[in-house]
Amino acid sequence: MNAIELTNASKIYQRYGHRRQFATLKSALLSRSLVRDLNPTETFAAVKNVTFNVPKGQTLGVIGRNGSGKSTLLKLVAGIAKPTTGTVKVDGRISALIELGAGFHPEISGRENVFINGIMLGLTKREITRRFDEIVEFAELQEFIDAPVKNYSSGMYMRLGFAVAIHVDPDVLLVDEVLAVGDEGFTHKCLDKFSEFKRRGKTILLVTHSLGLVEKFCDDALWMDGGRLKLQGDPKRVVGAYVTDVERSEEQQLAAGDAKARDAAITVSPDEPSSAVLPDHPIETAEGPADMFRATEGRWGSREIEITAVELRGADGTAGHVFHTGQPFAVRVKLRAPVEMDDFVIGIGLFNAEGVCCYGTNTSLEAFKSVRVLGNGDVTFSIERLDLVEGTYKLDVAVHKLDGYPYDYHRLLYTFRVKSRTKDVGIYRPAHAWSFSPTVQFVKTEDAGPGER
Amino acid sequence: MLRNLATLFRYRGLIQSLVARELKARYRGSVLGFFWSFINPLMLLLIYTFVFAYIMPGRFHTGEVPVPFADAEPYALFLFCGLLPWTWFSASLNESSGVLISGGNLIKKVLFPAEVLPMVNVLANMVHFFLGLPILAIFLAYYRAPLSIAELAWFPVIVLVQLILTIGCALLLSALSVHFRDIRDIVSNLLTLWFFATPIIYPWKFAPDLGKWFLNANPFTHLAISYQEVLFFDGPFGHWRWLLALGVFSVAFFLFAYFIFDRLRDTFAEEV
Repeated sequence: MNAIELTNASKIYQRYGHRRQFATLKSALLSRSLVRDLNPTETFAAVKNVTFNVPKGQTLGVIGRNGSGKSTLLKLVAGIAKPTTGTVKVDGRISALIELGAGFHPEISGRENVFINGIMLGLTKREITRRFDEIVEFAELQEFIDAPVKNYSSGMYMRLGFAVAIHVDPDVLLVDEVLAVGDEGFTHKCLDKFSEFKRRGKTILLVTHSLGLVEKFCDDALWMDGGRLKLQGDPKRVVGAYVTDVERSEEQQLAAGDAKARDAAITVSPDEPSSAVLPDHPIETAEGPADMFRATEGRWGSREIEITAVELRGADGTAGHVFHTGQPFAVRVKLRAPVEMDDFVIGIGLFNAEGVCCYGTNTSLEAFKSVRVLGNGDVTFSIERLDLVEGTYKLDVAVHKLDGYPYDYHRLLYTFRVKSRTKDVGIYRPAHAWSFSPTVQFVKTEDAGPGER
Repeated sequence: MLRNLATLFRYRGLIQSLVARELKARYRGSVLGFFWSFINPLMLLLIYTFVFAYIMPGRFHTGEVPVPFADAEPYALFLFCGLLPWTWFSASLNESSGVLISGGNLIKKVLFPAEVLPMVNVLANMVHFFLGLPILAIFLAYYRAPLSIAELAWFPVIVLVQLILTIGCALLLSALSVHFRDIRDIVSNLLTLWFFATPIIYPWKFAPDLGKWFLNANPFTHLAISYQEVLFFDGPFGHWRWLLALGVFSVAFFLFAYFIFDRLRDTFAEEV
């Protein structure tokens, strides 16, 4: 027995030409464009041919990127929007946690609003009276229930809205990203309430960006992409596929961003690689720590030795921009020296998003003395374990003389992202372990969000 | 459409509590609170009486006035009989034209029958109208207006016809103004014109012949005349044929408006 059935459901929104936006009745009548303006010039399919069923008592998680049609899907199920084509069938009373407290009137008290909101959601007055105390207690608003709602904080407002919606006792509960309405404790209470719904055999449709919640809580998961149903099935599998896809697109974004930064940097100092003259562009001469902390992107140097390419490589040895903490990591620098040089140092600097230098080193500091370089060459800087916390990092790569005179300095031109299963904090993540005496007991959970896979 | 009309009946609890909320919210925070419902029509009456009876005593004031209009006397009472229902009508229409847009949150985010919103508006204004009635009653008693039970029995009928007509107008305006926001401004101007095109500040007999033809086409004319005949003028209620005809028209108009509203319903969530 299915609680929710969607068959080839599509929702097509009509986008009107920009003339339409300013069209008024008068101008439409005057220019006789009423009929034409009312016809959409463009259509936009928010949901395309989606078919799925949710059996009674199941919890379905819907994930997907922003604008992938998740909320429209929920509105279709809720009946707020009608499908343009296809059918949507829902069996039982629906409560939609889409916009909490949507019907609240700011001027009247929380108490009166609970009654009116409850009636809007389909309860009778008597049912609300019976559940009133429970609702107020759930919302943690005992002291303020008789104050006008306009004086509520946004958190109080949302909690009250949530409390009313969840006490409607629906057969089908639709939740759209509303778990962020309170502090940790309130979120737990909401999750407990959902669990209780599950136990009582209610059907839940959960739209969320919290992938951990989908893995932990849902029986089935559905991944929306560009209005289409991309994948449905076991939550762990769907979330895994989704995370991989997100990483791939992050990868592309970072690559595109880096390319742009490099292009910009080259236009700043348009020197021919072979010209051994100093650029008139102001040169940051010293490599001292004061400079290392000054985070402006750019490229400068005489180009007597040129960095022609920088590649970041992960565990499998392929170039990329997204890496996982604890995995191997390497920076491969391609060099070209048109004439033979004997005084050179190759350096690497690693910065986090705040511009803090996490690590910096060069060949000279590590006691390599340069002998010669001519033509094309490769330099690889390898890290066995990338022990950084989750975040976005930027790289400095430079070739310069021992005294600091720059041949080619790439400042913060390479971006990469580190993903981590644990949400630890800081700058650096030393390899570590926990151990406990028998009197201190822990159980290992797999509760962390999806990360390395 | 008919099924939707039937579900409307199911929403009566909702409509009832929304009307109550509307009334509570309106005067919440004001010192005089509900008394404003009495004071507003009283002030309106005083202003109009002052202007039309004392500043511009014109043709229909006593004494030098030609005979036929001496019967619009006492003028304040005459004025009040038409003004009170007009206030209900015009306030309803004014508010309804924007009600779907201001209530957009409900339509977009909650499964909510949109037609409830304009109806709540009309009904809330009807309650204000009812609250103004005691003042009218005091005036009637003070001037010893010639009331008869037989005539007063028509009063609820007039109110009902006006209710149906007003809801019809409100539904149509609210639905159309979602697509054409200008309607709100057009309506407020049109209502001013409409007010003077209705025998409220002047008696019906006073209108020129051409004007009479024009006035007959105005549905509110017949409501105003009915109120005046029942409450103000002597003699039997002679306007009942017009009133019943208007009643039939109002029901037809309501159905037409509801049909339009129903057709546009699915576009509301996208347009507001």
